[in-house]
Amino acid sequence: MSATADQRDIGGPAQPLLIARNLAKHFAARGASKSARVRAVDDVSFTLFKGETLGIVGESGCGKSTLARLLLHLIQRDSGELIFDGEPVGAPRGITVAALRRNVQMVFQDSYSSLNPRMPVQDSVAFGPFVHGRRKSEARRAARDMLVKVGLNPDLFGPRYPHELSGGQKQRVNIARALAIEPRMVILDEAVSALDKSVEAQVLNLLRALKQQFNLTYLFISHDLNVVRYISDRVLVMYLGRVVELGPSEAIFIQPLHPYTRALLGSQPSMDPAHRIEQPPVTGDPPSPIDPPSGCRFHPRCPFAEPVCAQRSPELGAWRERDSHVAACHMLDPASGHSKAMQ
Amino acid sequence: MNAEPIPAISAQQIAGTAFGHDEALVEVRDLTVRFVTRETTVHAVNGVNFSVRPGEVLCILGESGSGKSVTLRAMMRLLPPRRTRIEGSIAIDGQDVLALDKRALGELRGGLVSMIFQEPMTALDPVYTIGTQIAETVLRHKGGSRAAARARALELLELVKIPEAARRLDNYPHELSGGLRQRAMIAMALSCGPRLLLADEPTTALDATVQIQVLILLRRLQRELGMGTIFVTHDLGVAAEIADRIAVMYAGRIVEEGPVADVLRAPLHPYTQGLLASTVHGQSRERDIEAIPGSPPDLRRLAAGCAFAPRCGLVQSECHAAMPEPRYTAAGRMARCVRITQAALAAAE
Ligand SMILES: Nc1ncnc2c1ncn2[C@@H]1O[C@H](COP(=O)(O)OP(=O)(O)OP(=O)(O)O)[C@@H](O)[C@H]1O
Ligand SMILES: Nc1ncnc2c1ncn2[C@@H]1O[C@H](COP(=O)(O)OP(=O)(O)OP(=O)(O)O)[C@@H](O)[C@H]1O
Ligand code: SF4
Ligand SMILES: [Mg+2]
Ligand SMILES: [Mg+2]
Repeated sequence: MSATADQRDIGGPAQPLLIARNLAKHFAARGASKSARVRAVDDVSFTLFKGETLGIVGESGCGKSTLARLLLHLIQRDSGELIFDGEPVGAPRGITVAALRRNVQMVFQDSYSSLNPRMPVQDSVAFGPFVHGRRKSEARRAARDMLVKVGLNPDLFGPRYPHELSGGQKQRVNIARALAIEPRMVILDEAVSALDKSVEAQVLNLLRALKQQFNLTYLFISHDLNVVRYISDRVLVMYLGRVVELGPSEAIFIQPLHPYTRALLGSQPSMDPAHRIEQPPVTGDPPSPIDPPSGCRFHPRCPFAEPVCAQRSPELGAWRERDSHVAACHMLDPASGHSKAMQ
Repeated sequence: MNAEPIPAISAQQIAGTAFGHDEALVEVRDLTVRFVTRETTVHAVNGVNFSVRPGEVLCILGESGSGKSVTLRAMMRLLPPRRTRIEGSIAIDGQDVLALDKRALGELRGGLVSMIFQEPMTALDPVYTIGTQIAETVLRHKGGSRAAARARALELLELVKIPEAARRLDNYPHELSGGLRQRAMIAMALSCGPRLLLADEPTTALDATVQIQVLILLRRLQRELGMGTIFVTHDLGVAAEIADRIAVMYAGRIVEEGPVADVLRAPLHPYTQGLLASTVHGQSRERDIEAIPGSPPDLRRLAAGCAFAPRCGLVQSECHAAMPEPRYTAAGRMARCVRITQAALAAAE
């Protein structure tokens, strides 16, 4: 289905598969005062190119899953725009939400809860194709094929129930389920995070092979920087609902621009007992996304913060093309007035 | 068996040297733990031996279900007594833990030995303030006045670097962020000056920038207070940051043990080698990761022989006969694999 011209490719190779513009989602904060808002996703923009893997990193609560759910229209955005292969999502002359979901599938961390416990896994995999209009027998055949593709013998594993599978096997079923309706894009939200290292490596290899085979585009969300570096072409770093840095994977890891990205990388254990980390790169916990800090949201923890950082929110910088490397920090803006700003 | 080359050092030689009885703070011998129900028996821990000297950090490294938590819980006798069969011996500071009565156990827990967990809410009581809980623990184990106990609680919160400690004394656990809650639990664990700290993945649930702070804190406190520590983790990087020695667990057995640098740089056991290769850390993006095929065995149906054999690329017929006995390539450097003598000899050449 993939090697030759993809019938579904409407916009052509140069048209980004997905463009997110100024996406925002705020929630009412539970338990807090009426006016308090969780700014889960705040003014997030990025472009996802056909065939690439974009990694999204950031600490717990920074809005990664909320962003994923916005992209799939599982929750309504407060504002912003979403363009899939050149067509605005949910707009009068654009692509419908149903059509979007045929094109974009998601795999979650918690592989157990996303499979029906009372259904043999082959039926879970066949369910998608069936709902999307295939005949029952066809859907079943598609499910068997897909189980083979993810490395599970359909005769042995197909009839099993989720509780009869290991974590790695369940995650393979979830991947099969996501791919069974032949999506063009897959959002992987901590899809390997719950797996043991030896099994995680198997699933990462599988994901890379399937991406090639089916010409897929991945949005890969993870808190494991090593894994993100390995699998992503480009990386987007989030902090408290905002994008703080975006660029090619190697550039981000070799020459991070934002103080938060640097702190995050510097917090990674060394794997070498002779070079242990003696000083934590930053102190304190990430603040609550309820009424987050003014200006640059990282300023209370940033070793370089100056008054301007609390007063004004830094811009992400001019993102022009695929390889642009940009970060939202006043030190990178000559006009900001920060004493360390590059002139 | 007798045609085999003699291992570099025998187990008998090891006992009585640096790892001998007199010095050990912890001495675990032939520990087995089984969970028995009418339907099945789970062989969670299958003959585990290790010792910890005062002031030493032993990391137990292993994947999910390998028996790390069960081993720690057995040491505190925290397993459900009715369904659990424990055999072997556990000595902590000379006390036979498996023989202790209820009162003696109460004194052991939180006194001589403290435990910290991945989820601090399992150790902290949601209905009391942090200050009250720590002070109560101090009073129970050390006696003294209420005011002195509260002063000690404040000291402890300062010791674990909780900002504005005096104010935090009156906070309830849910009012603290994840990192602060973890620090509060550590403060409580340290309140009676334990000689042994049992830490079960205490930083796993924390964000990266917070995890490293807590790790560095634990490492500093452990050194300053001279606590022997058993630190359970599935994360090689965390072990590299904190361990003096590493014991690698697989299917309820320690399959490799040694000084942290040796185990991470020159692993002996094929499982440890596979674990290192399959942990993503700076591998080339051009190639697949060297994954270990298959998955860990079902602990309800453990076959005879090396439990790793079904997944091992170096398996030979001997591996299926019996679980290989510990083999030593140097004092304190052990692996349970039939290939060890060959490997060790090759390395010595
Ligand atoms: N339905 C909701 N109602 C209220 N708050 C919400 C809701 N969903 C998410 N949030 C809040 O929005 C913020 C972002 O959450 P999100 O799940 O997107 O974070 P994340 O980056 O995926 O974190 P993690 O790494 O823990 O998965 C959090 O503070 C969360 O509590
Ligand atoms: N109370 C119990 N009853 C029955 N089986 C149990 C009990 N506690 C643990 N087990 C089983 O014993 C085995 C070892 O469990 P343990 O919790 O020690 O693993 P672990 O190495 O700590 O794993 P993880 O990294 O997931 O915490 C597992 O198969 C587990 O399911
Ligand atoms: S804008 Fe200021 S506070 Fe924010 S990262 Fe840059 S220097 Fe630090
Ligand atoms: Mg999430
Ligand atoms: Mg455990």
